[in-house]
Amino acid sequence: MQHSSPINAPHAHEAHPSGGVKEVIRITIYLSVLTIVELGIGYWRIDMEENFFFHFLSGVIIILMLWKAFYIIAYFMHLKHELRNMIMTIGIPMLLFIWFIIAFLHDGNAFKESNMKYDKYKQEKSIPPAKK
Amino acid sequence: MTTTTTATTGTKLWGGGKSPFNVEYGKLLMWYFLMSDSFTFGALLIAYGTIRFSATSWPDPDVAFKTFPFAPEGTNAPLVFVSIMTFILIISSVTMVLAVQAGQRMDKKTVVKNLILTIIGGFVFLGCQAWEWSHLHHDGAWWGSNPFLNVDGTKGEIGFTNFFFTITGFHGFHVFSGVVINIIMLIMTLNNVFERRGHYLMIEKAGLYWHFVDLVWVFVFTVFYLF
Repeated sequence: MQHSSPINAPHAHEAHPSGGVKEVIRITIYLSVLTIVELGIGYWRIDMEENFFFHFLSGVIIILMLWKAFYIIAYFMHLKHELRNMIMTIGIPMLLFIWFIIAFLHDGNAFKESNMKYDKYKQEKSIPPAKK
Repeated sequence: MTTTTTATTGTKLWGGGKSPFNVEYGKLLMWYFLMSDSFTFGALLIAYGTIRFSATSWPDPDVAFKTFPFAPEGTNAPLVFVSIMTFILIISSVTMVLAVQAGQRMDKKTVVKNLILTIIGGFVFLGCQAWEWSHLHHDGAWWGSNPFLNVDGTKGEIGFTNFFFTITGFHGFHVFSGVVINIIMLIMTLNNVFERRGHYLMIEKAGLYWHFVDLVWVFVFTVFYLF
């Protein structure tokens, strides 16, 4: 069988052992705490006005989300314990997302701005209803 | 001269005779597959973001996702059900890690136990999603139909339900295939396939896929339910 040829297999995991059950429990607690904090902020935001603080909390939620993603990738998927070259071959292509997010969200926003400027229907729609 | 050249080639990382990334090739290709899959999910999520940024108003997720199974009509419990789903997925990811680690120790019994727990977690998550989908469908939400009004009181943006069902559906499809893969792993473990092979590397690859499903949910959960 191809799989059991000595160059591929059994030595592969011995070279970079994982932290064991202790590490798993530690990361589980971190993930749970981060999720609870995220949910807490989510509840808090429900009836909040869209002011600066509201958008600041949005930023906090995004940071918490990326933090959780880091724990899952680094420890559960074990990428942190792989060779540097291996990490780079996965990590560097992911940097494309930075451009994707900036470019496409800016594009969406620009579309809205031009609609509000030139489209009478959207213009009326975008006027917030009178407060009671 | 010739001997020196040979010696240098031998120490080069890509000169052959060694594993430059020190992972099995199947595992490396699983990583590359997950990378391409994350671009697919990324494309869907960024499309969602673009449409949302281009909309003048958008439905409030706390109004759309406020229900809970077996709760009486009119219950207002935003985020509760989805947080339970999130924890189910995190816990099933944990049992998967334990299965992978047990595999590295060649501990068949623990592998079987944790794989079964992971499969149960996957089914429970799918059940939760099926309930949520059928509930939303009952309320009139589906592809091309959005009963939830925008925050400013205008007719609901159709992108809200379209993206919700497409992205959670695509994620649910991944959960389903992950469960199927885990069931196959369980059958192979019970048949002593990995014992005979001498290593449980296949479980590690299935584990990578399962963690990826959990990873995607972290993003889906945040952008759909918290924003």
